[in-house]
Amino acid sequence: MNPSAIRQAVIDALSSVAPEGDYDRLRPDRGLREQLDIDSYDFLTVMVRLHESLGVDVPEADYGKLATLDEAVVYLAARLGA
Amino acid sequence: MTDDVIPKTRRPGDPPPQLEDYALARERFSWTAARASLEGFPDGTINIAHEAVDRHALGPRANHLALRWLGRDGTVRDFTYRELSEASNRFANVLDELGVPPGDTVFVLAGRIPELYIAVLGALKRGCVVSPLFSAFGPEPIRTRMTIGAGRVLVTTTSLYRKKIAPIRQDLPALKHVLIVHDEPDNELPLHTMELRTLMGWSPTTFDVRHTRPEEPALLHFTSGTTGRPKGAVHVHGAVVAHAITGRLALDLHEDDVFWCTADPGWVTGTSYGIVSPLVNGATMIVDEADFDAARWYDILRDQNVSVWYTAPTAVRMMMKGGAAAAAQHSYPKLRFIASVGEPLNPQAVRWGIEAFGLPIHDNWWQTETGGIMIANFAALPIRPGSMGLPLPGIEAAIVRRLDDGSVAAVDTPDQEGELALKRGWPSMFRGYLGEDERYRKCFSGDWYLTGDLARCDADGYFWFVGRADDVIKSSGHLIGPFEVESAFMDHPAVAEAGVIGKPDPVAGEIVKAFVALKPGFDATPALERELLAFVRRKLGPAVAPKEIAFAPSLPKTRSGKIMRRLLKARELGLPEGDTSTMEGDAPAANGVAHAAASPHVGSAPTDPESAAR
Repeated sequence: MNPSAIRQAVIDALSSVAPEGDYDRLRPDRGLREQLDIDSYDFLTVMVRLHESLGVDVPEADYGKLATLDEAVVYLAARLGA
Repeated sequence: MTDDVIPKTRRPGDPPPQLEDYALARERFSWTAARASLEGFPDGTINIAHEAVDRHALGPRANHLALRWLGRDGTVRDFTYRELSEASNRFANVLDELGVPPGDTVFVLAGRIPELYIAVLGALKRGCVVSPLFSAFGPEPIRTRMTIGAGRVLVTTTSLYRKKIAPIRQDLPALKHVLIVHDEPDNELPLHTMELRTLMGWSPTTFDVRHTRPEEPALLHFTSGTTGRPKGAVHVHGAVVAHAITGRLALDLHEDDVFWCTADPGWVTGTSYGIVSPLVNGATMIVDEADFDAARWYDILRDQNVSVWYTAPTAVRMMMKGGAAAAAQHSYPKLRFIASVGEPLNPQAVRWGIEAFGLPIHDNWWQTETGGIMIANFAALPIRPGSMGLPLPGIEAAIVRRLDDGSVAAVDTPDQEGELALKRGWPSMFRGYLGEDERYRKCFSGDWYLTGDLARCDADGYFWFVGRADDVIKSSGHLIGPFEVESAFMDHPAVAEAGVIGKPDPVAGEIVKAFVALKPGFDATPALERELLAFVRRKLGPAVAPKEIAFAPSLPKTRSGKIMRRLLKARELGLPEGDTSTMEGDAPAANGVAHAAASPHVGSAPTDPESAAR
């Protein structure tokens, strides 16, 4: 899976939880939660969605490694062996 | 149930507990004696901020660390009591310069940044009434609360202002001064706002703290009811006596403790125990700007030598998902006492603390209206897992039954359910709902404050939470009024009616779920569901907006047209529907939402085998 497909999967998961977000202006190097106004529960749901779409089960201890869009893509790519 | 107890033994090196013999402590307790541990002013007045900060800043603890702030990006900012005193004096002087008189309401809408704490303390010094707003509120809950509170001053950040205040500024005619912490250096300061740091920089570091009468309003905390708009619970400066003593008795706070309350000051816990209580008790408090992240939290507990930790069931359950091993890989030699509040902590979570930290978690109970902890599991006493504990010294609690004539009768039989009631008269009891005297009066029957929580009391005097007496939703420890959520849906052109319930959830306790019936001509499509979710999230923000939406052809209503939330909830849970005799004739049960079978469902709850209700 290439990085742009992973990026799209992350955005799809985020926008299913926070459809009101401005994804065109999302800064990939800034915190997702602050920019999109998603809370801890929303973030858990995003992880569930990513598990469904990519098959990657992100352990709780790694949540901090998906704080920005760029970080999330790097992390998921590594997990997918891409 | 009652023989299921976690015994306690004092560890070598731990300070003597603040409460050792419960019966003796109750017998000897008096609020007058509790007041004597504070300073006050010679004329009988007392100011929360003076007790919290200046008293220490003017004494031998002046250079003791009062607040350590941990920035999201790793920045650390430390404030001694003297520095916190000077910074809050600067803020009080800013209010003075702006001509903001004592008694005016100062709203604070910010993440956990140092200026929030400085502003709260400075405004209290000025004698203003402080109302902290949760930064995850959307514009609508902010507008409602600032309108009720007639906010004259708002302290916020550029980014929050742009997102949440600018769209509603024209609806807030009382708002005169917006003081901004400029967190977007690339952008200009928003119009009609002032830069707080600049103003503070010009202001002197000394200030004559207002000598507030004990009954003078200090804090305004909003809470939610089943119907109508949110209620602004008013607390007074005299409440500091309870903030102080409950921190010692229920949280075992000592002045050399490093205390971390993880609650946001936008909720009452984050103010009473996230600002006032640790400072009044001369401790060091930790403030973390970042949102919940289990790995980060373990690091903070260890690296900051946290000794007393006050957190919430949702956080505990999220940590449980990661397993005790993640926590237990570190050691926490300084950690001595863990407590939790917000909703009942399940027995598994109480015990999980032992696996993860070598310490059980102490549940306690209180509400926005009580201003401070009322019932608790204490450091020196055995824990009954699942119980909220015993009433604090100075607090009389009872299980009562409301009678038809408006009076109440005590339920004396052990383990019998009833409404939890508290004998009025403790200092941090709320003194009113702003502008709603009738609603306030209805909370009392004679000398009893009726909490709206159903509970039972066992033969040994331990209280056990049963549920809410009303439809209020408790999600991640936050009280959410269904009416506020339903109203937001009604503003959408496709919505005919909306009913909102709390759906049990293994992590959050409950999540907000909305049932929506559409107007003719609108189809229940996934696209519309998404549009509705976006619509209400934009208005309400993530803390209040529903996590699930289900479409229904119609909603069950009473003959007078009120949506029967209880019935929606029974159907959602597959429970018996109970008494439906008041139900409207043309909406039979079978025509209702039918377990939302056809609903495309937003946000399926993550499963949590460790904390699933058993």
